[in-house]
Amino acid sequence: MSSDPLFSSKNLKVLTSPLNEDNPITVQVLGICSALAITAKLEPAIVMTFSVLAVLSVSNVVISLLRSYIPPRIRIIVQLTVIAAMVILVDQVLKAFAYEVSKQLSVYVGLIITNCIIMGRLEAFAMTNKPWPAFLDGVGNAAGYGIILVIVAFFRELLGAGTLFGYPVIEKIGLYNIGYENNGLMILPPMALMLVGIIIWIQRKRKPELIED
Amino acid sequence: MENLINIFVKSVFVDNMIFAYFLGMCSYLAVSKTVKTSVGLGIAVVFVLGITVPIDYLLHNYVLKKGALVWLGENFANIDLSFLSFIMFIAVIASMVQLVEMVIEKFSPALYISLGIFLPLIAVNCAILGGSLFMQQREYQNIAEATSFGLGSGVGFLLAIVGIAAIREKIRYSNVPAPLRGLGITFIITGLMGIAFMSFMGIKL
Repeated sequence: MSSDPLFSSKNLKVLTSPLNEDNPITVQVLGICSALAITAKLEPAIVMTFSVLAVLSVSNVVISLLRSYIPPRIRIIVQLTVIAAMVILVDQVLKAFAYEVSKQLSVYVGLIITNCIIMGRLEAFAMTNKPWPAFLDGVGNAAGYGIILVIVAFFRELLGAGTLFGYPVIEKIGLYNIGYENNGLMILPPMALMLVGIIIWIQRKRKPELIED
Repeated sequence: MENLINIFVKSVFVDNMIFAYFLGMCSYLAVSKTVKTSVGLGIAVVFVLGITVPIDYLLHNYVLKKGALVWLGENFANIDLSFLSFIMFIAVIASMVQLVEMVIEKFSPALYISLGIFLPLIAVNCAILGGSLFMQQREYQNIAEATSFGLGSGVGFLLAIVGIAAIREKIRYSNVPAPLRGLGITFIITGLMGIAFMSFMGIKL
């Protein structure tokens, strides 16, 4: 079907560019809501990344397969239906196998439906591309999303609660004995925004072509 | 009545959609470049939240919840359809947005032109679906409470987006470090506004 080899340079570009110069959060500004809300701890952030990975890659492939049959006028409803079906599956799997995390994620699992990354990629990529590149695009964008989530969650959990994956790192090193205190502000919502702002700052400093005027 | 006002004030200030739950961030960042457009989007969100939350409340309590179908007869008392709620809610939202758009176009062309492109966009605004999902999770007692929550969340969003748009209009004249310009500084300002809004925590009427 496709004349390109499976990992041609074009396909690799689709997979890797969302990790940095085309990052869904810091450059495309998609999917901010969930990225900020569930990053107080590492574990939910990683579970969320894999949920988005599953939903995004599968729905990208499904929409890409259907792309020539979907009438343009009702494409949004069709896309929403595919996404919602996938999200229900993910939600049920999480409830069955990771109930505690599913409780922490609360409404944000459902909100993957309206996560703009998914709609955005379906509209921008899957509607005009073959299934295999669409799959790579889904994996790449979910990974780019995941990187930001993990970075933010790492700092918030380490500085805010002094733990990583619930393991008391700071206490083991013995920093409390010399007067170190956890910064409770890191756990609160506003600090997630600040951290993303700082990540954007560093990224644009290194890649000046991304700077807005 | 006091209860309703309490829910309203709480969802405007304490449980603000943007600052406490980050819902609707995408459109909040994309549409907050000028005050005028952000007022349009904000009003549209208040409108749609005020309509969809009560409808989803009815749907949740009379169709989806465990035992909600009991009005059909005793045999239906054990049916639990709540796993369908995502798809039902999003269908209600998408169709309500379409309906609201048609009604406004018919009866108030002026408002229709000023809301314009924002109405269809709202179907995929996380704040709308988030409103319905929080309503489901918090188990409000009756439809009036749910409506008050929906309107309050919408007003909270309106307040936040108009505030940030005003700040962004002014900040254009300031000397922001080049890599922070645009998106970066908006995030940081939103964080600062969030800290300010946290001072409302614990308010009870």
